[in-house]
Amino acid sequence: MADLILTPNLDSADDFYAGLLAAHDGLDKSASDALNARLVLVLANHIGDADVLTQAVKAAALRGS
Amino acid sequence: MNKIFEVPLYAYERSSDQDAATAVRHKVIVIGAGPVGLATAIDLAQQGVEVVVLDDNDKVSFGSRAICFSQRTLDIADRLGAGSPMVDKGVQWNVGKVFFDNRQVYEFNLQPDTGYANPAFINLQQYYFENALVDRVRQLQAAGAPIEIRGRNKVEAIGTHDSHVVLEVETPEGPYNVEADWLIACDGANSPTRRMLGLDFDGRVFEDNFLIADVVMEADFPTERWFWFDPPFNRGQSALLHKQPDNVWRIDLQLGWDIDKEREKRPENVIPRLKAMLGEDVDFDLEWVSIYTFQCRRMERFRHGRVLFAGDSAHQVSPFGAMGANSGIQDADNLCWKLKLVLDGKAPEILLDSYSRERVQAADANIAKSSRSTDFITPKSQISRLLRDAVLDLSEHFEFARPLVNSGRLSTPCTYQDSSLSSADALNGPDITRPGSACPDAPLGDEFLLPKLAGKFTLLTIDAGAPERIEEGGVEATRLALSVKDDLTLELKRRYLGDATGAVYLIRPDQHVAARRDTFEENAFRQAIRRATGKE
Repeated sequence: MADLILTPNLDSADDFYAGLLAAHDGLDKSASDALNARLVLVLANHIGDADVLTQAVKAAALRGS
Repeated sequence: MNKIFEVPLYAYERSSDQDAATAVRHKVIVIGAGPVGLATAIDLAQQGVEVVVLDDNDKVSFGSRAICFSQRTLDIADRLGAGSPMVDKGVQWNVGKVFFDNRQVYEFNLQPDTGYANPAFINLQQYYFENALVDRVRQLQAAGAPIEIRGRNKVEAIGTHDSHVVLEVETPEGPYNVEADWLIACDGANSPTRRMLGLDFDGRVFEDNFLIADVVMEADFPTERWFWFDPPFNRGQSALLHKQPDNVWRIDLQLGWDIDKEREKRPENVIPRLKAMLGEDVDFDLEWVSIYTFQCRRMERFRHGRVLFAGDSAHQVSPFGAMGANSGIQDADNLCWKLKLVLDGKAPEILLDSYSRERVQAADANIAKSSRSTDFITPKSQISRLLRDAVLDLSEHFEFARPLVNSGRLSTPCTYQDSSLSSADALNGPDITRPGSACPDAPLGDEFLLPKLAGKFTLLTIDAGAPERIEEGGVEATRLALSVKDDLTLELKRRYLGDATGAVYLIRPDQHVAARRDTFEENAFRQAIRRATGKE
């Protein structure tokens, strides 16, 4: 079973984060929500592997202490 | 000109049963001459089982109703001797268009699968499907088969006993009583049989209404399937346009639950919606309009003593995916060979409980599929709608999102994997033919595989040895010896061998795999026959 990567893996963390914020510039709440939903689906398709996706959903569902 | 559904096809005729001093006993009585009742009766009669079909009407169904028949249904219809007129009359389509809001998001072209005798599906009005089955009944009668349809025979009361049932039947000439060893209720979602026996019909998951219209268009409107999500002419709901034979187009408009049915059905309300769908300048005639109400539910079990339920009387799903009539035909397919063995004393009555278990599994799978389609088509929460809309928006630009679009998943045969009739898999072979699966067809030169597997237990050997026949407890399996060389397209190898070099399959009379191994081992196959007939 493939493992979800949960250690730092982004080529350039700050640039990615800034890019993500920039994509939401000028969008209202509903347009922003829709962008996020589309982004989740695009990324999920790129990953493809069902095991990894299940782990990712679990990891995302984990909330503060 | 009379439409086929306006002509009495099995007009009332007086039966000698009505003049008998004591109630006449039949082997099997089927209630309902719809697709499932007719298929059941034909299947039994072909095996020499005496059967009487009672129907409160005398015509095939009014309006198109079920319109999409799957490959598995057509394979079964072939076994029943009624498949080719259906395929000849039916419409096959390849191009589908998906619309979201006010725009087309994508178009697809289904390339037909090769290596199967039958297409993946055909569109055909239910009345043509029933008509082909009635023709087959007439053919069987002409050949002396023990099958009879009694029109305008309405069952008013049912008495159940350990060894038989007694029916009180109303006719235009008054009532009579008749008996049967076994009763099969194929009398639809509102099954009077179920009601008379006071049986449950629970597990409601959701409910909905559809406005269903048959529209005749002479214009050269394309042979395509169009599906709309949340269109301007039916906000928050779905719409479907599908081609049928005779320039008839079927339109399904989802209406939701809380509606005024009589108001929705009025032409002055229907026609403006249809114009919005088809375009203002398209000429059409409205042939038939109906409101279809459904709930997703099933009976807890499909056998109650001497009474068996098949089709919509036992389970009901949404129309998405054409799982209603198709799964009903598979009920008949599953039931009839078992009943024949029980009637012949070659299998214990508990074999009929496996009918219930296997078909309950199929009904649950269909209900689950139906629920997922409904969640996509009519999202129930804000986030559900957000994700659905995201999928549809992405599908306009990217191919990857299109498999996520769910406008109904077409009926596929159920694999009875964990059935008590299936033996453990003993072949390193393809997943699609593991025990419990419905055998996929394969080309054999100018012929096809499935017709050679019909109606009996078969030992299918592919580049493997086995005796020509084995008999276990009165049940015989005869060998069909094939080689991968019999199919130059290699589909037989792909579908039945995979990486194995040879295989022996035990195949049930309904063309489902009971067991498979790499070589013939007598004890294993004798045990597999006992398992498949409810003796282990």
